[in-house]
Amino acid sequence: MKLTDISSDINEWFNGQGPLADTVISSRIRLARNLAGHKFLSRCSTAEKSDILKMLKDVLMSLELGDKIFYISIDKAPTLNKHFLVERHLISRHHAFGKGPRGVVIAKREFFTAMINEEDHLRIQVLKGGLRLSQCAEQINRIDDMIEKKVDYAFSPRFGYLTACPTNLGTGIRVSVMLHLPALKIAGQIEKFLNAARDMDLAVRGLFGEGTEAAGDFYQLSNQVTLGISETDIISQFENTIIPEIVEYENAARSQLLANQIDVLDDKISRAMALLKNAHLISSQEALFLLSHLRLGINMHEHMGASTPAIERLCTSIAAGGDKDTDNPDALSITTINRLFMLTLPAHLQLNYGKPLDPTHRDVLRAKIIRSALNG
Amino acid sequence: MHCQICKKNEATIHLTEISDGLRTETHLCERCAQKQGIAVKSQLPINELLSSLLAVQPADDELFGSSEKELSCPHCGFTLDQFTKEPVLGCPQDYDIFEKSLLPLIRKAHNGKTTHCGKIPSKAPADTKKQIELLNLRQQLDAAVQNEDYELAAKLRDKINQSEK
Repeated sequence: MKLTDISSDINEWFNGQGPLADTVISSRIRLARNLAGHKFLSRCSTAEKSDILKMLKDVLMSLELGDKIFYISIDKAPTLNKHFLVERHLISRHHAFGKGPRGVVIAKREFFTAMINEEDHLRIQVLKGGLRLSQCAEQINRIDDMIEKKVDYAFSPRFGYLTACPTNLGTGIRVSVMLHLPALKIAGQIEKFLNAARDMDLAVRGLFGEGTEAAGDFYQLSNQVTLGISETDIISQFENTIIPEIVEYENAARSQLLANQIDVLDDKISRAMALLKNAHLISSQEALFLLSHLRLGINMHEHMGASTPAIERLCTSIAAGGDKDTDNPDALSITTINRLFMLTLPAHLQLNYGKPLDPTHRDVLRAKIIRSALNG
Repeated sequence: MHCQICKKNEATIHLTEISDGLRTETHLCERCAQKQGIAVKSQLPINELLSSLLAVQPADDELFGSSEKELSCPHCGFTLDQFTKEPVLGCPQDYDIFEKSLLPLIRKAHNGKTTHCGKIPSKAPADTKKQIELLNLRQQLDAAVQNEDYELAAKLRDKINQSEK
């Protein structure tokens, strides 16, 4: 399989489906595991890393996942492909630009990936659209059991699954939920959300872009404590308390905008539309920032029945745009915007274009793709 | 918006003070806020956390009369000094060998917890499973005593006694 087979479309977890999908983009569970009888990677020679890679690759490629699986060698991959895999959330930045023999096993529908020789010998993850942590948990647990039948994991009765860094010790679980919170941002309440999350020992990162900045108002919320609390308790806290509460705050901020600040809302949407429909050069950061306001407008229309002058113009524009699906016009609007978010990211643009492009040419191509989707 | 004090960095801390009905707003960068003694809860990078924890270890070393700081793991050659540079261990055995030094860090990183609770590999021997169950019960017992829930504590104590038989 080639990466271009998947690069021209968005993946399942970003397709606007699943519970609370207007706010919760996706749910992800990752498990960190190491092999018993082997050193952790920082102390392994290249030959030892190659042995671990080969052994785990063979085990993973033999899994029955109900989908085609393929393997990509990361140490041999071209830089553009590595950037693409990071944009797609199939591998971490650390894995892409680390050292030594390493690889990734990916299910074609992208709900499962396994990084071999990242910080730990094995990091498996399951991703689904919307708030579906219990389903992720059930699936990843099954896959973990299948792997465990074929290998011995490093495990201690006291500390649980032993990981290279003590911060992942115990369950080795990282539960992450990706959220789109544009209304909280407009209302100036995002800091409150960030502080509350930190008080609950949760980590907040941006979904796209470098480091912690949250481009396009996308935030990724994850647990930091992995020891002394069971997988079930962590997942249940996220699914039943933390996430529904945040969604409620975001929805309240959206209602507030509609009730008291229509001019502010319409101004954001109209400015975003004007720029996106007319710009001939647009950076990735600017595109994410502006598309976020369009996504907010469409979701408010679809989920709250919002119908302000700017939202009406936005929906008409998108209905007249490039993609047509008469069976389900509502789903089409949000899919169009979701596609634009992902397909205009730098590595997606270049992979779909067929060769690397300098930043200016990328900005031209990005602007062209967006104009054509919004102007028809 | 720039910080009102250094006028250089982006202001990320916004304070609103209401005194005698008068409202004043102050916008500061993280560094100037800290200088002003305004607490900022931020996620401490793991290696900083480690350095600060390892720095307070000598007292413990004297207490236990041994120094893990000098120790090198016979399996992988790992030392605590290397840990402060890159916060990863060398092999699974390091958790046993450097347990005393690692425990404060583990406690800090995991909200006071130091015992696994959750999935156990199905291959794990029956006595390992029993051991984990006991450890969890003891942890629950400690919490119950701390919360002065003596009824629950008594129940847990009975359960522990039964498991140990």
